[in-house]
Amino acid sequence: MAMSPPPGTSSSAMRNAFGTVLSALILLLIGVLAFSIRLFSVIKYESVIHEFDPYFNYRVTQFLSKNGIYEFWNWFDDRTWYPLGRVIGGTVYPGLTLTAGTIWWALNAINIPLSVETVCVFTAPVFSAFASWATYLLTKEVKGSGAGLAAAALLAMVPSYISRSVAGSYDNEAVAIFALIFTFYLYIKTLNTGSLFYATLNAIAYFYMVCSWGGYTFIINLIPMHVLLCIVTGRYSPRLYIAYAPLVVLGTLLAALVPVVGFNAVLTSEHFASFLVFIIIHVVALVYYIKGILSPKMFKVAVTLVVSIGLVVCLIVVAVLVALVASSPTGGWSGRSLSLLDPTYASKYIPIIASVSEHQPPTWPSYFMDINVLAFLVPAGIIACFSPLSDASSFVVLYIVMSVYFSGVMVRLMLVLAPAACIMSGIALSQAFDVFTASIKYQLGRSANSKDDAEDNTSTNNAPKDDSSSGKTDKGEEVAKERSSKKGKKKEREPADKPSVKSKIAKKRVLVLPLEASIVALLLLIMLGAFYVIHCVWAAAEAYSAPSIVLTSQSRDGLHVFDDFRESYAWLSHNTDVDDKVASWWDYGYQTTAMANRTVIVDNNTWNNTHIATVGTAMSSPEKAAWEIFNSLDVKYVLVVFGGLIGYPSDDINKFLWMVRIGGGVFPHIKEADYLRDGNYRIDSEATPTMLNCLMYKLSYYRFVETDGKGYDRVRRTEIGKKNFKLTHFEEVFTSHHWMVRIYKLKPQKNRIRGRAKKLKLKTSSGLDSKAAKKNPWI
Amino acid sequence: MAARIWIFSVAVALFLSFSSGHDLQIVNAERRIDLSSHIVKAFLTLKVENIGKDPAADMLLAFTPTQIKHLSMVQAMAITGKKKKKTYLPLDVKPTEQPDAPNDTGYFLVSFATPLTPGETVTLEVLYILTHSLEPFPSEIAQSESQLVYYRDSAVILSPYHIKQQTTFFKTPSARVESFTSVDPANRAGKEIKYGPYEDRAPYSYAPVIVHFENNSPFAVVEELVREIEISHWGSLQITENYRLTHGGARHKGVFSRVDYQSRRSISGSSSFNALLAVLPPKVNSVYYRDNIGNISTSHLRTGFKKSELEFEPRYPLFGGWRATFIIGYRVPLEDYLFEAPDGRRYLNFTFGCPLVETIVNKLTIKVVLPEGSKDPSAVLPFTVNQDLQVKYSYLDIVGRTVVVLQKDNVVPTHNVPFQVYYTFKPIYMLAEPFMLVSAFFFVFVASLAYVHIDLNIVKK
Repeated sequence: MAMSPPPGTSSSAMRNAFGTVLSALILLLIGVLAFSIRLFSVIKYESVIHEFDPYFNYRVTQFLSKNGIYEFWNWFDDRTWYPLGRVIGGTVYPGLTLTAGTIWWALNAINIPLSVETVCVFTAPVFSAFASWATYLLTKEVKGSGAGLAAAALLAMVPSYISRSVAGSYDNEAVAIFALIFTFYLYIKTLNTGSLFYATLNAIAYFYMVCSWGGYTFIINLIPMHVLLCIVTGRYSPRLYIAYAPLVVLGTLLAALVPVVGFNAVLTSEHFASFLVFIIIHVVALVYYIKGILSPKMFKVAVTLVVSIGLVVCLIVVAVLVALVASSPTGGWSGRSLSLLDPTYASKYIPIIASVSEHQPPTWPSYFMDINVLAFLVPAGIIACFSPLSDASSFVVLYIVMSVYFSGVMVRLMLVLAPAACIMSGIALSQAFDVFTASIKYQLGRSANSKDDAEDNTSTNNAPKDDSSSGKTDKGEEVAKERSSKKGKKKEREPADKPSVKSKIAKKRVLVLPLEASIVALLLLIMLGAFYVIHCVWAAAEAYSAPSIVLTSQSRDGLHVFDDFRESYAWLSHNTDVDDKVASWWDYGYQTTAMANRTVIVDNNTWNNTHIATVGTAMSSPEKAAWEIFNSLDVKYVLVVFGGLIGYPSDDINKFLWMVRIGGGVFPHIKEADYLRDGNYRIDSEATPTMLNCLMYKLSYYRFVETDGKGYDRVRRTEIGKKNFKLTHFEEVFTSHHWMVRIYKLKPQKNRIRGRAKKLKLKTSSGLDSKAAKKNPWI
Repeated sequence: MAARIWIFSVAVALFLSFSSGHDLQIVNAERRIDLSSHIVKAFLTLKVENIGKDPAADMLLAFTPTQIKHLSMVQAMAITGKKKKKTYLPLDVKPTEQPDAPNDTGYFLVSFATPLTPGETVTLEVLYILTHSLEPFPSEIAQSESQLVYYRDSAVILSPYHIKQQTTFFKTPSARVESFTSVDPANRAGKEIKYGPYEDRAPYSYAPVIVHFENNSPFAVVEELVREIEISHWGSLQITENYRLTHGGARHKGVFSRVDYQSRRSISGSSSFNALLAVLPPKVNSVYYRDNIGNISTSHLRTGFKKSELEFEPRYPLFGGWRATFIIGYRVPLEDYLFEAPDGRRYLNFTFGCPLVETIVNKLTIKVVLPEGSKDPSAVLPFTVNQDLQVKYSYLDIVGRTVVVLQKDNVVPTHNVPFQVYYTFKPIYMLAEPFMLVSAFFFVFVASLAYVHIDLNIVKK
């Protein structure tokens, strides 16, 4: 870098070097910021794995670190989905666990004895720092390093991403967002340079993304769309070909190596777009090639020939595709993807997808909560991307458009929107600062420098970087130099860049704002940035840091801790037999296997709808029928989560209708209407008898009335309907301190020593039960 | 039956008394057995007289095989002086074997401070502690029941010597005693059962008795405790204690009802325990209490000048047979525990045993992790333990740290006495790791410097 400029411009070389060091320092600080803003959960709570899925990932990582990679690929987990089990190696995206496992292994190899848990807890914050650096690289490719730094700073603290990557949130998204941005960066880099080296790296990054997250389909659809866009708008170039063709070939081959993807990489509809575009780009490349070697007249003849042949080929391909797609019932699309295309699909056909809150469409406030002021800056960024439109900027525009659509379908995909919004806002902020500082400089004439420094001091976080970058951009060529920074390879300078630089110079002469207006606008922008920072810190500290396995509440006599989940998991793990089976609703499956080390019937990997429906049916059945179902599944303990005593709203009674729906979807004798009184879900004295007699109600409210004498449920804010009842087939073996978790044991079957008369009497008395049992498919 | 034992024991006693070479007799013996917790403490006051012709240097204490199995420690002291000016002189006690011990009787040999001349008498105070000697009966109880236990012993003291007069007292924790074997004269008053006085019992007399009584004290048994004491010459001592705790009393049967446990605390779960107390050193800091799934929030620390107290609760109350595991860790300043011996070696002076009060530790392992580069470790303890050496690799170690492993079974709070670990250490080793880090950073910068300045292009541009 330092030796690239000719000796005549030594002062500009100094400036350049200084800029590089400054950017490096700022990037380092952004990394530190990204890491440390995610530590609120550790400081406010503790260093612990959060929520549900992270516990599974943690357990897999433990297995990996203990048994090695080969055992991991072949791991058949018999602790879950009893009696079916689950092949973990073939059904899990291994990127996250392999990453954390490698980090753990490397640290231990140099005798830094960190536990697997510690490594897992801090994986997400570390990768957020990486993600913000990747954002810098990507945005730098699009609009120069000033925009890159601004975008990186914004991404480091965007709440949407924080919500998925606080310390302890050890989930696929933690590394996947980094992989996503980095893949996009390498794509743009290849597009700008046409280097096969970057194209190969791009395929490898894509492979890492495929390893990490099912969201890789976003990449493999977005990039083809962009390629198509480029072709259609007449921007085809050999660089585009280099950027795309190797990615499809290598990427698909590599993706097929991941066991969970396997042949899906060529068989499912999600990937077809990329193959179609692959064909198109070859056709286009052929056309350009032929155009190059033929005379215009001959070319016209060739075009007719190629178009007719191409049409035939396309028709055949389309026919084959249609046939393939038509042969599969869901049209070759997975349920989650389908619900992306048709937002109402899930609620209509797959209750199990619809029952997850993060698969619901977001509300407007959640946009403001998750991307905050970025929502207002994005349009400005889009406009900035159009002046001028380059291959790279058209890509980010396409990226933001697609991610806005997807985030509108599923709350969870706000996460994909966040980097796009940060990039756009970074561009917008940087351009705005550019214009304002340039006009201030222009207005102040030669004495601008001192004034500018003063400006620097007043500005907060993201302002100084922008100022420094804008200070550079008025030198014109420096942006270009910045881009071709790597080892002085000047040939990398993209042709598309020169007009942009020229137009910028031209624009600067035209876009000169009054001094006062510029200063006020600058101040307002800084305030906007400050507001964003405050909001992000608040969101990180208050909204997104709770680990959800331990709850706290602030009362007059200090902090109150509700640690009931771990209390009961610890009880299960120490006081039951190691091979006992525990039945609970699937939400708690991962936690039970990870924390209590007990076999569960269903867990959060909802791959077998029938099995979940069986548990749902058991929970919705009367006691005896439920006992029969559980007994047939070898269940020894049933765990229910009950929030009625302390007012914990996401308990099993509130989730119960989903159990009925999912159960009823497979076993038609469970009807949702039986549990509703006039369409209302209630548990008070107005509740239906089916509701009051189902297992979930009984296990939740068993002896609840003895706590306060009335049985007042603090979540439903009502007295319960049926207060005094006994359990005949279950017995309470453990209830946690705040009653949040209640564990029941199935009573053993009675010995058949009773007299005949007694048996008959028993039968008549429980006639209703046996009728219900007859309908039950499990008997 | 009793007569046969009598004759047999007399015969053996005669033989033994000849073989041991001393003629001793116990003039007066009083035994007080404290049954109020699950650690059984027996205090023996023996007045021993030499009735032989030669001076006697030592005497034997006899125990039944079951007692030997559960015996945690035996201490003896000689009392000199009268009433007000009583002084206690600790005596050396060590286990010994006798060639012809009847019915596998086990022995401890008490060495007198000065050999007992013929005709001289001496008064001894003996303390022995038994663990796991209270057998719950019924062995399974429900939540609302109170815990009853058996204690089996003899009404007369098992001894290889003739005892002229003796009395035994059993102290029970409450006045509720279901039954006790009657050996005349025996009677009970409140919390105390008195056997004796019995006159002139021959050596090896034995009269089995069973006391069946209520004992709801917490039967906190640590099945395994691993204490790791890591010495850092940078100024602190990090102690990590891994507990595997269980309730050693009558097993819990049937349901556990939280409603009963919370609302009728007095009658429900009276044998269970919820709170534990650990006595930690003074000036303790960075205390944590967690288990393998995270922090446990129910603990309270009081620091003081003489000791610190950590009051904590397991995640759930422990009923009979329930288990819990947890980890307690803390840090203490090094200067209070590490000293330099006159010969230039350093030694660590720390407390043995388990910090939890009133608990039995079935298997205690203490690992003293010496700093990297220390040599010639040796441990000094007032009682015998298994010793072993290991190597542990911690932060950026290359040769590893020497670990002195001390292992002892059946540990009670009386074992909380200081022990020493001596080793030699050169302070220059302290700088090894900082030096490594500094050089690593140095090489990174040198490498990047070189990378920037190397031009691998063949053609000059």
